Amino acid sequence: MKSAVIVFPGINRERDMARALKLTSGRAPAMVWHAETQLPAGTDLVVLPGGFSYGDYLRCGAIAARAPIMDAVRAFAAKGGLVLAICNGFQIACESGLLPGALLRNAQLRFICRDVYLRVERSDNAFTRGYNAGQVIRVPIAHGEGNYIADGPTMARLEGEGRVIFRYASPDGMIDPDWNHNGAMNAIAGIINERGNVLGMMPHPENHVEASMGRTDGRGLFAGLVDHFKLAA
Amino acid sequence: MKARVTVTLKSGILDPQGKAIEGALKSLGVGGVASVRQGKVFDIEIEGADRAGTEAALKAAAEKLLANTVIENYRIEVTG
Repeated sequence: MKSAVIVFPGINRERDMARALKLTSGRAPAMVWHAETQLPAGTDLVVLPGGFSYGDYLRCGAIAARAPIMDAVRAFAAKGGLVLAICNGFQIACESGLLPGALLRNAQLRFICRDVYLRVERSDNAFTRGYNAGQVIRVPIAHGEGNYIADGPTMARLEGEGRVIFRYASPDGMIDPDWNHNGAMNAIAGIINERGNVLGMMPHPENHVEASMGRTDGRGLFAGLVDHFKLAA
Repeated sequence: MKARVTVTLKSGILDPQGKAIEGALKSLGVGGVASVRQGKVFDIEIEGADRAGTEAALKAAAEKLLANTVIENYRIEVTG
């Protein structure tokens, strides 16, 4: 699996992501600067990592979404290439039109940094094939603007087409306002695009891939991706 | 030409910052505050364009970057 991590000024999770990709795929990703206009030849997976691109100026992800490299990322996605967008990357994906909706300030107005439980809604896609549908995983979140929102018709499509991939849940998988940490609509933590090749999620699976991190629940996502490309090869 | 673009959240979009400001104004005893919505103001100077050209440039700026039209509305005023 040849992956490319896009590096925007102000992001800070690109090295966590690179480490997780190296560990799980055996291959270090290319680190691609935002001012580039092309992805490395043969890229299988593009990752928009987490952090605070451009200091969250204007809106989270708004300026990064207009960076030169994003035209290449959009073209890559349009051809069916896989794009994994985590945290600020999810915000960038929404701002760039790769995914619908927007991420607003957390309903509680606080930055939240803690482990959360996610219910994996589907496992029949390239990203979550390493999990079982209905499985609950525990991964960290660290964001101030993760409160997902979309208009009525968009939400109806997301739900109707089964494009909600992760929801904030209780440890036993119940959807409950008490466990919906940022107030996201329908407890949405992660969605996929219509074609199933762009996943955006606020939580950080890359931070739970090694025993020394305390948990390895995030590993399934990366193992699934590696598996996906092995089968495709 | 000088112009101002005002970006506000669409009605129905939760504005927790506006709510917090509203609460603070009420606790200060500012009379009659019913509600507060927070927005953004951009003062922009456009060079070498007439009024129509300025308006077109600002519309492009608002649509492409200044506003996220999923959640926000914008208003353009050419001020001279």
